[in-house]
Amino acid sequence: MQEIMKQAKLKAEELLTKGVVNRVIGWTEGDFSYDCSPATFTLDNLDKFVYTEFCGANLSKYLIEESKKEGKILVFLKPCDTYSFNQLIQEHRIKRENIYVVGIECRGKVDIDKLRAFGIDGVLGCKTEGDKLICDTIYGEKTVDKVDVMLEKCLSCKGKKHVVYDELIGEEVVEEPKDRFGMVAQLEAMTEDERYKFWQNELSKCIRCNACRNVCPACSCVHCVFDNPDSNIASKANTDRFEEKLYHIIRAWHVAGRCTDCGECSRVCPQGIPLHLINRKFIKDMNEFYGEYQAGEDTETKAPLNSYTFGDREPHEFDTKEGK
Amino acid sequence: MQVENKTFKPTIVAFCCNWCSYAGADLAGSARLSYPAEVKIIRIPCSCRLNPMFILKAFQRGADGVILCGCHPGDCHYTTGNYYARRRMTTLFSMLNYLGIEKERTRVEWVSAAEGAKFSAVMNDFVATITALGENKKLEDLRCKK
Ligand code: SF4
Ligand code: SF4
Ligand code: SF4
Ligand code: FES
Repeated sequence: MQEIMKQAKLKAEELLTKGVVNRVIGWTEGDFSYDCSPATFTLDNLDKFVYTEFCGANLSKYLIEESKKEGKILVFLKPCDTYSFNQLIQEHRIKRENIYVVGIECRGKVDIDKLRAFGIDGVLGCKTEGDKLICDTIYGEKTVDKVDVMLEKCLSCKGKKHVVYDELIGEEVVEEPKDRFGMVAQLEAMTEDERYKFWQNELSKCIRCNACRNVCPACSCVHCVFDNPDSNIASKANTDRFEEKLYHIIRAWHVAGRCTDCGECSRVCPQGIPLHLINRKFIKDMNEFYGEYQAGEDTETKAPLNSYTFGDREPHEFDTKEGK
Repeated sequence: MQVENKTFKPTIVAFCCNWCSYAGADLAGSARLSYPAEVKIIRIPCSCRLNPMFILKAFQRGADGVILCGCHPGDCHYTTGNYYARRRMTTLFSMLNYLGIEKERTRVEWVSAAEGAKFSAVMNDFVATITALGENKKLEDLRCKK
């Protein structure tokens, strides 16, 4: 990753110097090495740019605002981020002509909470070696199996292909897409009451911080229903079981067919709610009912809920194998 | 407990498309075919007008079952509205069930303006189903309870 980061920085410097772009959006470290967040750079602060195992954040959504500004911006996109980028293009939310996309190599990002669960604290930096993660900590060097500490979204990666880019940095690590629907299928196999209990338990943890919505590239509405005081929907803490569910059903519904399964919602949830299990249910259903569809794979294909066929299954047939 | 069960009268919200089922309900009335008083009809301009939020709000405000009635596929006044509605309701109902909400609580039926008898039969059947199922507990909002 050190090598890739160096190359990325050089690329940014080159494009800024040549005047191809006037800004760069990338990641920077906060007080701690694992505290990486999105930031914009010019030649003045480019030394703060980092690309590490903790750069899980998807930069696509920031382009909605950034691409409206004067001049071109350089953005670094990991493979999964490129799907969100395409989706935003399809929805006319970002200006392609104002963006220079550099696809950047990714071998899976690390979840600091999982590292901590392994008793690894005081992390100064990490590097990937094969399938191991070597952590430099204030207590010395620690090694773990990387798969045990990766972000959930990386454990179910769609396959590490950049679907859009102007230029690539690093290798295209092409992989078989990992299984994303195993857990959804397990839930489907439970009884209604068991599922209700499962979700009641998960969703009641929600503190309605709205982080999942704020980070979601598909949640790009200028006026979100949850911010409308006249909509009769609380925009802050849920007060009862109904509201807990309402928020999640409506949000998942709004992004159904547009969610690229980028995994950002689950990543940012401070309560660790497995939001991806809700979104993936919609994805799985739409695949099964209306044919395979991957949002963000290209910018043309119509989303399943924006089209229909005469022979679609009837609503009560949602749980039968092939409809009628 | 037993007494309560016997007297349980569900509240049913029926979203009916103006061009077909709403007229179907009218026809049922003029033909003196009865449908249960528990059914509260809300007229919508087309089945595809049904925002999922309406369904959830209905449950919040005390509905025990929600049914959407629209024109038969192919007969939508706006040509294709019900095809979209069909996909939306299929995925939405599936999601509600995935979250543990009883499958029987939501339903879609295609009822034309000429099908007064079907309208009455559908409503009677739906009310019977929900009565047997009992009160909506899983999607209730306690603040809205009397
Ligand atoms: S929750 Fe719905 S209205 Fe709000 S930003 Fe997301 S898609 Fe838009
Ligand atoms: S719902 Fe979650 S996984 Fe889907 S696009 Fe939004 S942040 Fe990404
Ligand atoms: S990020 Fe988590 S806690 Fe915050 S609103 Fe979303 S689900 Fe609730
Ligand atoms: S007009 Fe009746 S369903 Fe569209």
